[in-house]
Amino acid sequence: MLTVSVYRYHPELDEKPYMQDFQVDTGGKDLMVLDVLNLLKVQDSGLAYRRSCREGVCGSDGMNINGTNGLACITPLSACVKNNKLILRPLPALPVIRDLVIDMDQFYKQYEKVKPFLLNDTPAPAIERLQSPEEREKLDGLYECILCACCSTACPSFWWNPDKFIGPSGLLQAYRFLADSRDTATEERLADLDDPFSVFRCHGIMNCVTVCPKGLNPTKAIGHIRNMLLTRAT
Amino acid sequence: MVTTITSFGRSGLYDWLLQRISAVVLAAYSVFMVIYLLMHPNLDFFQWHELFAMTSVRIFSLMALLSLGAHSWIGLWSVSTDYIKPFAFRFVFQMVIGVLMFIYTVWGVQLLWGL
Repeated sequence: MLTVSVYRYHPELDEKPYMQDFQVDTGGKDLMVLDVLNLLKVQDSGLAYRRSCREGVCGSDGMNINGTNGLACITPLSACVKNNKLILRPLPALPVIRDLVIDMDQFYKQYEKVKPFLLNDTPAPAIERLQSPEEREKLDGLYECILCACCSTACPSFWWNPDKFIGPSGLLQAYRFLADSRDTATEERLADLDDPFSVFRCHGIMNCVTVCPKGLNPTKAIGHIRNMLLTRAT
Repeated sequence: MVTTITSFGRSGLYDWLLQRISAVVLAAYSVFMVIYLLMHPNLDFFQWHELFAMTSVRIFSLMALLSLGAHSWIGLWSVSTDYIKPFAFRFVFQMVIGVLMFIYTVWGVQLLWGL
């Protein structure tokens, strides 16, 4: 039997959050954490958590698993359980709506700030804007982000200033459009980032790289943005 | 774009670059001082006085002093914006740090140049 300790909070019923222990029979299988949550749901149908694709593509089930942020659907028990105990908490730093469900409004506000879409003021071609294979290759490692928020909520700079620091996820997307050969708003994008908070609150501790379930490297992208700002200003 | 008026250079890039350059100056000055002290185990007042009478050492020391002031101000400003959330406390802390850095810098110049 696996002991699963889950963060519980129902704002209409509970005065404050608490941890609830469950015993789960995994049948000796190396289940994914999401499978365990589904088994818990049978024991307590009131347990709230987000999930959708169950294969690491939608980014819905980001949570703190035994102290490390990750996606429940692609984290096997063998990779996280210690001393036969699994501890599940909501992603840190953002307000809890209920149990493992967080309010991601602040996270999306930062994403919105970087204008995550192509800006191009040249006349549109008849069919599409073409890229060479080399230009397209520059977007590898950037476009794959699924906005699960594991990285930003693992970042202390985002914890202290979630309203001012864009966070690793937003900055990865900022660089994704700065690096895109089809985008012509590089100057405006960079001008919007040159303040002491938006980019420069990153101290390069690389928590984001450690937790990213897609194996992306936001710290490297932030370094590229700094270099672009430096090149532009010197 | 986040507006700030109490940061050192009011530009993230400027503060970031100054933080790095001042760190290099401080590291070089520390290495210089450690090597000098190791090479003069029985250091007396006259040797010390002779060292700081050299214009090059005075310039290097002044550079290190200004670097220390700027580096500390940028670092402590950053710490204050992370950890001190009430506006009044944060503003007073930033002003106190700014005034202290100014006093130490002027005082240091006075000592270095014997003014």
